[in-house]
Amino acid sequence: MSGPSRAPLLEVRDLAVRFTGFDGVARAVDGVDLTVSEGETVGLVGESGCGKSVTALALLRLIEPPGHIAHGSSVRLEGRDLLALGAKEIRAVRGNHVALVFQEPLSALNPVLRVGRQIAEAIRAHEAVSRSTARWRAVEMLAAVGIADAERRAASYPHQLSGGMRQRVLLAMALACRPKLLLADEPTTALDVTIQAEILELLDGLQHKLGMAVLLITHNLGIVAERTRRVYVMYAGQIVEEAATERLFAAPAHPYTQGLLAAVPRLDERRERLRAIPGQVPPATAWPAGCRFHPRCPYAWEKCRTEMPPLLEAAPGQKARCWLVQEPGRRKSRPDGEVTK
Amino acid sequence: MSPTPLVQVRDLVTHFTRRVGLLGARREVVQAVNGVSLDVAAKTTLGLVGESGCGKTTLGRTILRLVERTSGEVRFDGRDVFALPPAELRRLRRRMQIVFQDPDGSLNPRLSIGRAVREGLEVHRLAEGAEATRRVEALLAEVGLPEGSAARYPHEFSGGQRQRAGIARALAVEPEFVVCDEPVSALDVSVQAQVLNLLVDLQARRGLSYLFISHDLAVIRHVAPRVAVMYLGRIVEHGPSDGIYHRPLHPYTQALLTAVPVPDPATRRPRIVLAGDPPSAVNPPAGCPFHPRCQHPGKDETCRTVRPELRELAPGHQVACHLADR
Repeated sequence: MSGPSRAPLLEVRDLAVRFTGFDGVARAVDGVDLTVSEGETVGLVGESGCGKSVTALALLRLIEPPGHIAHGSSVRLEGRDLLALGAKEIRAVRGNHVALVFQEPLSALNPVLRVGRQIAEAIRAHEAVSRSTARWRAVEMLAAVGIADAERRAASYPHQLSGGMRQRVLLAMALACRPKLLLADEPTTALDVTIQAEILELLDGLQHKLGMAVLLITHNLGIVAERTRRVYVMYAGQIVEEAATERLFAAPAHPYTQGLLAAVPRLDERRERLRAIPGQVPPATAWPAGCRFHPRCPYAWEKCRTEMPPLLEAAPGQKARCWLVQEPGRRKSRPDGEVTK
Repeated sequence: MSPTPLVQVRDLVTHFTRRVGLLGARREVVQAVNGVSLDVAAKTTLGLVGESGCGKTTLGRTILRLVERTSGEVRFDGRDVFALPPAELRRLRRRMQIVFQDPDGSLNPRLSIGRAVREGLEVHRLAEGAEATRRVEALLAEVGLPEGSAARYPHEFSGGQRQRAGIARALAVEPEFVVCDEPVSALDVSVQAQVLNLLVDLQARRGLSYLFISHDLAVIRHVAPRVAVMYLGRIVEHGPSDGIYHRPLHPYTQALLTAVPVPDPATRRPRIVLAGDPPSAVNPPAGCPFHPRCQHPGKDETCRTVRPELRELAPGHQVACHLADR
């Protein structure tokens, strides 16, 4: 894969989001750079508390107090700085150019409005179309996301639908205005695996049809492997590795990525023992000094405890926030079994 | 395998009545467990896999008699769990425990971890005073909690640590059989591996039997040499893990397996994508419960009208499907 020839669709530089609370300032997102090209599917993977969802919300400026996006952050969509837009302009971007779907469709749907009406209203918020046109397009969208008997279903309330159907409705709403970029935050995590497969297939098909780019945010490495071309791995508010998906799984460079891959129980091979990563993710109010992964890292040495590594080029197109990139010899001490603490 | 399994379940049925509609005017019957038979051999794990609403949690709870059955039988160590007088049931309860998905369900937020673990010891009069304190400390150490945890409260711990405490609480009364109900589903991958390794170690050290319930096929594969697949209140396939994972016989198991995304971009597997949602357990379809979603090309009138029974098609490998050997 060669790099994008034009300016990327989405270009995020040095994005930082802070939350001020009783126990100090949480640096939930801390200097994130990422790009998404037109039509591309990019994964953003990490465990709970790593900042991946906050990143998605920040891209659309949906961070509410006590949180705020720090000065010096930059989010450009087709060259336009979203952080500099006025309230009205950013509302026009949301849904219209960039749409968001997340894990719990119930919280995104209005419980007292019929779903067809909700989709129609989303369309009318962005386009000057008549009520009946919007209503007709809503039904058409419901059919496009694979809801049988869309006409009748449009008259349902959210609680009358199953989890899988609600997620389809949400997708229909998100895609109704044909956005160029879809931010999908754990879109299938609450669903059963057979329903998850249906929704992901559907998303794939719609993406090709509409030619949109997807930033797929997930903790599920299987979904990343199957659905994305490029991946960012997040840990403790930072991107710690970035690579083409195949490369990431074949030759992960960051010890955290390696640890994650070794920790997953696999369907395709039985592992005698899972290699757990010792310890847990530290709280966002107290990221460790130096490399934030060092307390859980099997290779950490003095430098890791004091100096934060930048993203270093491990191979063409692959970057890792790890001093081992510069001192690969230290990897020899790699322990065989699980690290115990 | 021992000659008599530790847990024997025969034709177990658990139905619930629930009130629906305005002011609960209408009643409907949820057929959560609908005629399940299975064995759990001593010192091994039976994996029970299925999607939400399939009845796996109700099955686990009925086996422990935390829920009353509608009909059928559960024998623990040869004794009929539903026929025991209260005093004997209490004694049996000590030998059967449960670990929940959400450890907060078994940990009282106002009780220190030490108190929570100690409770079982005292209820069953296994230890008291300094002896109980010593045993609590030993248990907390055994599940990998840091020293001094006994005096701390649930909210001071991470999710993984609370699950360790939930496991310590279950083990305090030295059970032989533990129902693990989605014990790692709420945990992040890196921590999930820690807890799975712990459960495997504890089983080896203490000779425990597990009924390990999960929606995650990869987790089940990791812990269980035998697997039962549940769909709409029934076991649709049951057999050795190698058989289930390499040569699944039921179209539902096949679909389930191909639906799991594998963390390896180099493998591309054909996927069987099912259509629609599982039917409701209030109104299970006639015939094979899976027939409305089944993608088998040979699906016919028999599937729609006659319920398939479990049949053994390979040694120890049973399947409830009319078409499995066609």
